[in-house]
Amino acid sequence: MTQPRYQTSSSLTTMTPNIWDVVVLIIVLGILAGIAYGTSQMSLPYQVGEPIKISLDPRALPGYALSSVLRMFIAMFFSLLITFSIAPLAAKNKHAEKFLIPFIDIMQTVPVLGMLSITVVGFIHLFPNSILGPECAAIFAIFTSQVWNMILSLYQSLRTLPHELKEVANMYHLSAWQKFWKVEVPYGTQSLIWNTMVAMSAGWFFVVLSEAIEVSKQNITLPGIGSYIDKAITEADLTALGYAIVAMLIIILIYDQLLFRPLLCWAEKFHSEIDEETAMHESWFFDLLAKTRLLKTTSIIFTKFSDWFVNGYKKLIPARPMEIPARVKQTISATTVVCWNALLTASLILTCIALVLLIHEEVTLKEVVHVMFLGLLTSIKVIVLIILASAIWIPIGVWIGLRPKVTLIVQPIIQFLSAFPANIFYPLFVLVILRYNLNQNIWTMPLMILGTQWYILFNVISGTSSIPKDIRWAVKNFGVRGQLWWRKMILPGIFPHYVTGAMAAAGGCWNASIVAEYVEWGNYKIISAGLGQYITQYTLEGDFPRIALGIGVMCIYVLLFNHLIWQKLYSLAEERFTMES
Amino acid sequence: MALIKIENVSKSFISAEKQELLVLDAINFQLQEGEIVSLLGKSGSGKSTLLRLIAGLIKPSAGNLYYRDRPIVGPALGIAMVFQSFALLPWLSVLENVEIGLEAMGVERKERRKRALKAIDTIGLDGFESAYPKELSGGMRQRVGFARALVIEPDILLMDEPFSALDILTTDNLRSDLLDLWNSKRTKIKGILCVTHDIEEAILMANRIVIFASDPGTIQDIIEVKLPYPRDPESPAFRELLDQIYMTMTTSERTRVAKAKAQAATSPQAEQTEKHPEYAYRLPVVDISELTGLVEAMEDHEIAGLIDLPELAESLHLDVNNIFPLTEVLDMLRFAKITEGALAFTEAGKKFANADILERKQIFAQHLVQYIPLAQHIRQVLDLSPSHRTHEDTFLNELENYFSEEESERILRTIIDWGRYAEILAYNYDSGELSLENPQ
Repeated sequence: MTQPRYQTSSSLTTMTPNIWDVVVLIIVLGILAGIAYGTSQMSLPYQVGEPIKISLDPRALPGYALSSVLRMFIAMFFSLLITFSIAPLAAKNKHAEKFLIPFIDIMQTVPVLGMLSITVVGFIHLFPNSILGPECAAIFAIFTSQVWNMILSLYQSLRTLPHELKEVANMYHLSAWQKFWKVEVPYGTQSLIWNTMVAMSAGWFFVVLSEAIEVSKQNITLPGIGSYIDKAITEADLTALGYAIVAMLIIILIYDQLLFRPLLCWAEKFHSEIDEETAMHESWFFDLLAKTRLLKTTSIIFTKFSDWFVNGYKKLIPARPMEIPARVKQTISATTVVCWNALLTASLILTCIALVLLIHEEVTLKEVVHVMFLGLLTSIKVIVLIILASAIWIPIGVWIGLRPKVTLIVQPIIQFLSAFPANIFYPLFVLVILRYNLNQNIWTMPLMILGTQWYILFNVISGTSSIPKDIRWAVKNFGVRGQLWWRKMILPGIFPHYVTGAMAAAGGCWNASIVAEYVEWGNYKIISAGLGQYITQYTLEGDFPRIALGIGVMCIYVLLFNHLIWQKLYSLAEERFTMES
Repeated sequence: MALIKIENVSKSFISAEKQELLVLDAINFQLQEGEIVSLLGKSGSGKSTLLRLIAGLIKPSAGNLYYRDRPIVGPALGIAMVFQSFALLPWLSVLENVEIGLEAMGVERKERRKRALKAIDTIGLDGFESAYPKELSGGMRQRVGFARALVIEPDILLMDEPFSALDILTTDNLRSDLLDLWNSKRTKIKGILCVTHDIEEAILMANRIVIFASDPGTIQDIIEVKLPYPRDPESPAFRELLDQIYMTMTTSERTRVAKAKAQAATSPQAEQTEKHPEYAYRLPVVDISELTGLVEAMEDHEIAGLIDLPELAESLHLDVNNIFPLTEVLDMLRFAKITEGALAFTEAGKKFANADILERKQIFAQHLVQYIPLAQHIRQVLDLSPSHRTHEDTFLNELENYFSEEESERILRTIIDWGRYAEILAYNYDSGELSLENPQ
């Protein structure tokens, strides 16, 4: 059972924070603040005639679902496009790498909703009085929830490409283009598909938010399942919400069965360790396809196409490229490096000035301190939630992991649950809280981890089942039981897996806090104090400097968490608790 | 015209401490048309580096390399390489793997397929065209490696320990097939260069054997093999060559150890100030249990006070990479003396061989501190430090002045291992600290 684990940011495992993180952080914050400032000057009413009416009739749902899926796939297409262009750049050019990797690391922590609120006005301006503006904004939001993880995945694969494969590519004269498609991309395919699956789940979470945009007192609705859910929530229609949940289940089931399962099956041939046995993925749909004549024909066409794609250019370009003298080459690259560094330095200085001015003019220092405090509040929530979720799921996960038969049944279910956008269920919690008059600050907390707790469970299960049987038997043979068994065997044994899962869960918590600290149901609002609530509130009011401030502070907290806690735990796990060697 | 001409080639790498580490020093060599040359040496003697220089995968620090009188600036068309780890692309079928070189040359799809199938046929892989590498055994995988090289009709075939990942039977089979192919002249290959650490293999295949000495890598001797193919390892002429090569290689070991000993013998105070302190010696990575195992086996092979090295190596199934590090350590510790092609126990060695576990540890500890400068050095630093503990990084940094990061790590791991066995020092993995105390 060596299923790939869910990964959060793969860069965390290899990257040690350095001066570049700080530089990039400041620049990113500056850009965000700049956009925010710019858009606040624009403040225009958005008009595209009559707002689109969303019907709560369940018969309208398939249509809505389809448009949401379409948005999802457009975003996925762009994510792949960007992944294939940015990842090689970062992996091959060390100057680009120095900037890009911290940049992606930071962009990962920028809450997607905040991104949406900042960019939507810009997109509306780009396509004035057209639905295309908000449409692009929605797709862009989904895109930002997917792309970073995918870039990091491919980047990581490119960086870890075995040396001998590189030598083969050089020895047999593969061009850079051929090497990329024949050697490098195949090497990264499996991990990229896994990360795309995880990215898809993240995307669904934000589909629900990005289709019904409530920004700066504007209400923009796009036809889609997200808007349907939004309408159901505003009208407090529990039946409609039920329909939406069922529709969502069906969508996820379909794309899991028809797209990702077959893809995983197919990707097994890209497994890079020749000798290592992996869990065979099974897919009825893949088996079915494999039997059809259609697939054979398509695969022949595909082979021809890929041959043309990878090798075809050779006919157009003469075999030997023009030799550029080494001297000229050196001068060009040296000049580029100098320009690049100058550009970075200039933007660093400019953004520093801009940030100081913005904070000075728009918000008081007192408010900054207040936001910092809110951030602390949310971090405490995240920590408490991770501890609670671990206390619940570790024993259950271990129980399941020790029983292979149960594991086989449970694991796909958990994967399915983790793909489900948890925010659909938030209203149900609201109902319970209202009904029993519970403390809002405490009882909204579980919402934050609702969607991401599965990462912990999933990894604990796979960790437990990957403890070698020999060790388990040996320990049993010596009569190790009870507390000793937990302390000396299970907990250290699952530690590396657990850390990966908890890291993913915590990351998800931060992102969910924006939604979970400000939940609505009909006319009721459930608000709990925290950074997420702060960002949401000012997003609704359209106060851009404050949105930027909130997002900036959240970035800083998440980065601190990642580098001070998770990275340390991760290297500890690598060094001390890994089973191999 | 020589196929490959190497003139005064040196290669050095820059260490983490910004020091230049010389791997190959002033190599001169020519590969002539129609010959197979084996490059023989221990690991770390730079023979694989030389192969990669010829392949154009890396660039020399000094000197010139020529392929048919044209300077080698990058991988040249006409030179193909077979890798130790096969280096097949797991996501491509056998056929696609073989085609890869042709694809890079821009050969048409149909033509590509035709030529690849022919190469697969030649190397005896028919029936496996559509298989993926993971379905194949090691021997079959290396056949794919050969087919991939043959299909581009190379002039020169470079082989980097092509058989060392295979078992004996598979190796014999594949090697004789390769020699048949070579002798039948069915390919366009004009010369073969093969890196190996197996002496017998070198004699079985080569017309000439280039023996490398290490630290830095230099050519110590070139031996011509005039035996007719197929060669019989049991024949007297073969045995004679084997002995001769062992002798040459032990001579190189002896001069190296002698140099180290001479250095240790001169006043240590003066040495410290010099660029190369005595502790900066490339300790062979040797496991204590292997060492004691060897000492016990040596007793059984002792005839009239001498132990025949080729015979010992053969009976224990040890190749160059295994036997020479062990004998080197025995020599350094003054447990045995290496004479030409043979070993002899010293008095202390004899005592060590016959001692029980605890006595052995005592003898080992005594000799370790006395004769291994690095052990001496670490012990001194620990003694002088007020808390009697020092972080491993201190020693690693010192070593990195003279060796690569990896090599330094390996050397320190080895000395820690020996020191722990001898109970002259303690090491804490979690904190990375070396100390004098015993673990609680």
